[in-house]
Amino acid sequence: MIRIANGQGFWGDWNEAPKQLVDARGLDYLTLDYLAEVTMSILQKAKKADPNLGYARDFPPLIQEIAPKILDRGIRVVANAGGVNPIACAEAIKKLAPSLKVAAVLGDDILNRIDALVSEGQLLRNMDTGEPIGTIRENVLSANVYLGAFPIAEALETGADVVITGRCADAALALGPMIHRFGWRVADPDLLAAGIVGGHVIECGTQATGGNCQADWQSTPDFAHIGYPILEAHPDGTMVVTKPEATGGRVTLATVKEQLVYEIGDPTRYMTPDAVVDFTGLQLRQTDADRVEITGARGAARPERLKASISYHYGWKAVGTLVYSAPEALEKARVSDTIVRERLSGLNLHFEKIHTEFFGVNACHAHLAPPVNEPAEVQLRIGVRDQNKAAVERFTRELIPLVLSGPPGATGYGEGRPQVREIVAYWPALVPRSAVQPRVEVVD
Amino acid sequence: MKIRLSRIAHARSGDKGDASNIGIIALRPKYYPLLAREVTAQKVKRYFGTLVLGDVVRYELPNLGALNFLMHQALDGGGTLSLRTDAQGKTHGAALLGMEIEVSEHELATE
Repeated sequence: MIRIANGQGFWGDWNEAPKQLVDARGLDYLTLDYLAEVTMSILQKAKKADPNLGYARDFPPLIQEIAPKILDRGIRVVANAGGVNPIACAEAIKKLAPSLKVAAVLGDDILNRIDALVSEGQLLRNMDTGEPIGTIRENVLSANVYLGAFPIAEALETGADVVITGRCADAALALGPMIHRFGWRVADPDLLAAGIVGGHVIECGTQATGGNCQADWQSTPDFAHIGYPILEAHPDGTMVVTKPEATGGRVTLATVKEQLVYEIGDPTRYMTPDAVVDFTGLQLRQTDADRVEITGARGAARPERLKASISYHYGWKAVGTLVYSAPEALEKARVSDTIVRERLSGLNLHFEKIHTEFFGVNACHAHLAPPVNEPAEVQLRIGVRDQNKAAVERFTRELIPLVLSGPPGATGYGEGRPQVREIVAYWPALVPRSAVQPRVEVVD
Repeated sequence: MKIRLSRIAHARSGDKGDASNIGIIALRPKYYPLLAREVTAQKVKRYFGTLVLGDVVRYELPNLGALNFLMHQALDGGGTLSLRTDAQGKTHGAALLGMEIEVSEHELATE
């Protein structure tokens, strides 16, 4: 059995978590998941500005801090902190912690091969809309294939203390160590499926241990010291979800079930690079306090095509707010919204989308929100989106004047005009497995 | 009688591009058949109205006492395009728990 923890559910998760986990008893592997769908494009921009960047910059100093403990305790780290520049990330670690052996998994980046793929007849159609990539080719910013767990296992074979990847399936960070230690093969889809299910449960950090869990949430113990998840993976595919002793949160059937169904589609065909997983045979059992055992994963052979995450420049957006107080807070905000819209059309400005929310009344749930009788205050929140940057910029000047010229009592405009933000959109596509050659490099 | 779904279920939601998914889980195993009977894709689609422009597909996980709803075109374009406060559908699960369903007292009894 091996113990695999996850100390980072996304880039920006609690920085203390990895330090909590390296002190947990008997830990073998520490995984850290830094990459959300749009993170790659942000990193691509950073790399364009400076070829030594393009990775999760929080990661090397963190590794420096925990290096003595991971060396002493034999804990090995697997992280997708490499972003679009895993080698630069590995080199940064070597500078800060020279005693660590660092390996990088490469080959996910296909940005420079898009045109070659298209000329070979791979249209990289958007999986949601069916459009070929040609329609947005000039605006593409990054393109990365989700790699699986086998290259991670190969990197662990080198004896590396730290394995850095770019884009890979989130659950692969945990599955890689299992393949490495248990000798699981491509031809073992049920075992791979079991590991993927385990990886999926811990990949979002404390969402497995009581964080963001609706079931009787008020009774969740000690959120402030919530324990990050630890997976005990067995060679027969049995997975036990738990957390470090003397930490907050809890591991129950409810917390694990909520995470199992998180961000999935068809539960009989959960697609990953290493197997197609069926969740509908899973059996959960609470074996002790804060211990949930998962068995019964079934897998089908891995897909012949891999998913690529492509990002592209889409346009611009801005969101502005003003606050109105009681009495008649909502009525004032509504009148103000009408004025803004009338002025925008008076200026002959048209947008792909104008969206208004009355924050405190209907922002999250629109018409489903329970009625609010006399709100103490309402935030008017208006957003616009368009390809035309000048129009979006012009919009940002239309809110603040209402403080003096609209309904009475507008406030909360302290930050001035809203900022115009670039929209980088996401284009999921499929590429043939044969077009992708993952490789491992040890960085000295 | 009419009850809110939150009496018999909990939920978590998130995003995949412009789709959001809601996993809804029975608080007790005996409530799963109620979920399966009462919370159809059609009802969920109608309930969300203009918040969800595309199809709603329901998947069943009786082994977990859970249903998964995949709701297409549910996020005003998805993560980065969306102008909504809840651009990732994080609160869609909570919204669905407010839906009313029809059950008998007998079906709710814990004994």
